[in-house]
Amino acid sequence: MDWISGRIRMISVKIISFLRFPPVRTFLIFGVLPILFVVSLFLGRYDVSPSHVIQLLAAPVINLMPANIIHINPSWTPTEENVIYQIRLPRVIASILVGAGLAIAGAAYQGLFKNPLVSPDILGVSSGAGFGAALAILLGLGSFIIQMSAFCFGILAVAITYLLSRSYRTTPTLILVLSGIIVAAFFSALTSFTKLVADPYEKLPAITFWLMGSLASVRYSDILMIAPPLLIASAVLILIRWRINLLAVGDDEARALGIDTKRMSQFIILCSTLITACAVCIAGIIGWVGLIVPHLGRMLVGPDYKKLLPVAFVLGASYMLIIDDIARNLTSAEIPLGILTAIIGAPFFAYLLNRRSVGWT
Amino acid sequence: MILEVENAGFSYSGGRQIFSDITFSLADREVLCILGPNGIGKSTLIRCVANLYTLCSGSIRLFGEDLSGMKHIEIAKKIGYVPQAHEIVFPFSVRDFVLMGRAPHLPAFSSPGNRDYAKADEKIELVGIRKIANKPVNEISGGEYQLAMIARALTQEPAILLLDEPTSHLDFGNQIRILEIIDQLTDSGIAVIMSSHFPDHAFLSSDNVAIMQHGSFMAYGRAEEVVTEENLKRTYGVDVSITYSRDVDRYVCVPHKSGLCRCKPMR
Repeated sequence: MDWISGRIRMISVKIISFLRFPPVRTFLIFGVLPILFVVSLFLGRYDVSPSHVIQLLAAPVINLMPANIIHINPSWTPTEENVIYQIRLPRVIASILVGAGLAIAGAAYQGLFKNPLVSPDILGVSSGAGFGAALAILLGLGSFIIQMSAFCFGILAVAITYLLSRSYRTTPTLILVLSGIIVAAFFSALTSFTKLVADPYEKLPAITFWLMGSLASVRYSDILMIAPPLLIASAVLILIRWRINLLAVGDDEARALGIDTKRMSQFIILCSTLITACAVCIAGIIGWVGLIVPHLGRMLVGPDYKKLLPVAFVLGASYMLIIDDIARNLTSAEIPLGILTAIIGAPFFAYLLNRRSVGWT
Repeated sequence: MILEVENAGFSYSGGRQIFSDITFSLADREVLCILGPNGIGKSTLIRCVANLYTLCSGSIRLFGEDLSGMKHIEIAKKIGYVPQAHEIVFPFSVRDFVLMGRAPHLPAFSSPGNRDYAKADEKIELVGIRKIANKPVNEISGGEYQLAMIARALTQEPAILLLDEPTSHLDFGNQIRILEIIDQLTDSGIAVIMSSHFPDHAFLSSDNVAIMQHGSFMAYGRAEEVVTEENLKRTYGVDVSITYSRDVDRYVCVPHKSGLCRCKPMR
């Protein structure tokens, strides 16, 4: 056993130093996402040749110029155009938004709660959203209402958590986490109840699939709906990112350094909740991304939030693109995202815990 | 007077009173040392001055302005607070850690720039921890960590530095090093309030000394007048001899111990 763990440690030290090697690091941060973006459009059940994909992508931009200079004539079929623009592109954009959002929200929460094991749903947003969606499905409402219901119940759950924690006076972050656990448990129970009473042939599978997370049916209208709040909240977090360092060191010290810690934590909770609720309402519940990606970021650029937060944003997008590519291409049937993130995430996290003893966190 | 504390009293909400009726003031470049037994409220008093706790009675005036009416960020430009060492989860580098002291001088939506890094580096140099500037802050020794926290407080460019037991948990050499740095700071125009467990330190580097006992100041004044054999006996419950040592050219304070000494006097 010792021999094995020794080997693992040695290999992981080598991997880390390779990842931190500046050219590799720069490539991972800036280069991977554009490549994944294009490659993800190549992949799919319907065969579209890569050259057609690139022409399809380039055409709308290039054809803006006067036709006598440069012009791309359509060599693709309408079906191909449809597959790329109506199915794959929205899905790729949604993956990027969801992954980036969950990662940045998770990273911010880990700093706020001074705990590297925290994920964006620590205050109950996912459980609330899950119940909201399950309830709407149970009542046979349309997909837009399901999303809105998920969004609203997600926000509601965090609001309850926050109010619950305010009724105590001591150590706010610990009480917040405990309140989050209480509220999450409550909404999980309500979700279970809706599953119990749901029609087992039609509505129960729909609820179950929603809870496992998927981007299969995402459309431009969904993206237009979630992109503005998600991007604005992310931008706010990125603007205040350096100050998250101070919260991560300690509340008292942050206050002695002139930070209004109460307002700042309200800000972070508001932004992270908004981001997570946006992600969850179109993608369902996707765990692990917000927990693991910030750690990947720390592996590359260290714990300083000035660098970490933007890096987590980009890495989260890449990570989610990979997960979604696997989800739609690995088997003939779609694999729910929540399953994949856990299957890939859990062993990876075990490995991270092992790394802790080497000392980078 | 740059800081005036008047009839200060504090108790935790609904709990027992920690201290009451404490009055003292701090002049420019003064070092005030607060002595007292464990758990008597020295840290609480310092935290009140740092505006982390709000007084229940009395007032604290900073440059004539009442502390309770000031914003955190305004106070942080004038008062630097060095807490007792505690564990940090994320391994920030010492440089990033010291840099956090720039927070009160930066607008809310901005990150530190080159000038701020230069200021942090200057203070790192001042306290003498340049060699470990790139090490993670949770992998350095207790003494180095204390110095890093002092450097961070100095990066705030405060007029007053509050040190909560800066020398506890430190070895002999590091204790003296911290006191030497405190001397340097007062030379550069900073006033210091520190709490300590070592009466000797009062002689070493303080102008004024306050002894805290039973929830208020039992004695307050110049070090030679306050740190006396009776006062220390009353405070710590052990006999103490205060003698003048020609070797170090100052008063020293030596506790007695009941029972025989294990070492034999050399003749």
